[in-house]
Amino acid sequence: MEQLAYLTLRQALDALENGDCTSRQLTSAFLERIDQYQPCLHAFINVTPQLAMEQADLADRMRSDYRQNQANPLPELCGLPVAIKDVLCQAGIPCTCGSRFLENYIPPYNATAVDRLINAGVVTLGKTNTDEFAMGSSTENSAYGASHNPWNIERVPGGSSGGSAAAVAAGMAIAALGTDTGGSVRQPASYCGITGFKPSYGRVSRYGLVAYGSSLDVVGILARTAEDAAILFKVIGGWDARDATTLEKPLPNLSLNSDIQLKGLRIGIPAEYFVEGMQKDVEEKVRQAISEMEKWGAEVLPVQLPHTIHAVPVYYLLASAEASANLARYDGVRFGLRKSGDTAAEMFKLSRGAGFGPEVKRRIMLGTYALSAGYYDAYYGQAQKVRTLIKRDFETAFEKVDVIATPVTPTTAFPLGKHNEDPLSMYLEDVFTLPANLAGIPGISFPVGFDREGMPVGMQLMAPHFREDILLRTTHSYQQVTSWHKQKPEMKFPR
Amino acid sequence: MLLTFDEVEHIANLARLQLTEQEREHYREQLSQILEFASRLQGVDTTGIPPTSSVLATRSGLREDIPRPGLSPGEIFLNAPDIKDGHFRVPPV
Repeated sequence: MEQLAYLTLRQALDALENGDCTSRQLTSAFLERIDQYQPCLHAFINVTPQLAMEQADLADRMRSDYRQNQANPLPELCGLPVAIKDVLCQAGIPCTCGSRFLENYIPPYNATAVDRLINAGVVTLGKTNTDEFAMGSSTENSAYGASHNPWNIERVPGGSSGGSAAAVAAGMAIAALGTDTGGSVRQPASYCGITGFKPSYGRVSRYGLVAYGSSLDVVGILARTAEDAAILFKVIGGWDARDATTLEKPLPNLSLNSDIQLKGLRIGIPAEYFVEGMQKDVEEKVRQAISEMEKWGAEVLPVQLPHTIHAVPVYYLLASAEASANLARYDGVRFGLRKSGDTAAEMFKLSRGAGFGPEVKRRIMLGTYALSAGYYDAYYGQAQKVRTLIKRDFETAFEKVDVIATPVTPTTAFPLGKHNEDPLSMYLEDVFTLPANLAGIPGISFPVGFDREGMPVGMQLMAPHFREDILLRTTHSYQQVTSWHKQKPEMKFPR
Repeated sequence: MLLTFDEVEHIANLARLQLTEQEREHYREQLSQILEFASRLQGVDTTGIPPTSSVLATRSGLREDIPRPGLSPGEIFLNAPDIKDGHFRVPPV
């Protein structure tokens, strides 16, 4: 069972093709592990075993039909079990967004990313846990309880796509969809020792993704390898008539082979990302990974990203401002929680007051303030201008390097409850992932070692806008010559 | 810089959020702290720098107005807390 659960997506596809296993066997293996580990890890908000088995049986029938008669091509991900972050709509399955407000909301349609996966034949195992409306870095803001890190149950899995990361790391899904507004795919991937890929803004449709910060939100992928991320990206990426911010531009060439393609690659190292006070192990492992790439022919150069220091305030002002507008839709009229009030205005206030958790209220308030008369120019307007400076830093840096390498976070996964009383201290942990969202560029995070307490350390690579190919090729090359991504958590939890 | 209770109440009203007394005090402190931190941005020289509202080049979002199938009223009302005669029902405005 464990053998099946830790196959890469590529290996599982081969196993299905060669008849070494069926989708029913694969899906059962994951569902059994979900049964076993969900009570300890709480990676899912909602598991859909019945639907999963139906999809698996259908996939097996399609595959056996295909073996007899190759008239119709087989969908490319036929029978592969994946998980979906619970901020992406899947028709007929509750989409809670980790919020009490949407506890009973059942979307009547699929998000485009989900739709494309389903059309490609995947098996959907369930919806994974998330900080409420994706606002958080630990899943502790989920109204349904926090997820736990498979490497150490007393640590957070990261967030907001922490449920997806924990599920993949624990062998409860082959891969999972997540979303990344300020690091919500890359940071949990790093904390859980897996690969997390955030494409460029504009690459993956946001249709059916419940909006948080619309100029920053990107649908991303949590997987075991860069190769697996590339396979899924090819399916979910590309233009969509339902999202005007998706680009007509075709995806770059994502074909990966076993060649080590690091020779001549120019890697930029920004001093601003190796800061005073960061965990020593993190810096050490990231620098080791960079040396490894150098050994294979990459060239390492210093770059400057001087406005990095402003990323945290810029992000929290802009994302909160956008959130305050986006979450205005939760008024208790068309869907979601309704509390009764004597007037419509009172009903809105009571419903929202009861349905939203503390972090969501905090960000709505912050965003409302930043957009309100008298403060708009000083906060929102100024943050948008500094965003331009952050974006320009990258444009300048990418004139002389192909890719920028940094840590994903200043520390490895922190203990649950550590930042409860001080939201600002948690925001500060996001400093290395926020800039990619502000600039709209793609980023990837992947494991490069462990700290002395056995927690995974991740490294981040960023590339110019729309150059996902560089990220996936570089990470794939690194994963050809190292085995950090193959490490599995022991998971000996008290039952 | 500490926000006043009136300011917190004003923001909560704009955001249509009912807050408890305890939440008001809590957010007064936390928002004050976050805003003070964010006010460091005011020291950045942005003379002549245009704002970025989207990382994508601005382009027309217009398309041909062609009717196409959408969700049925039944599907839309499935999640509605209160409906009457094919309408969403709310308390008096």
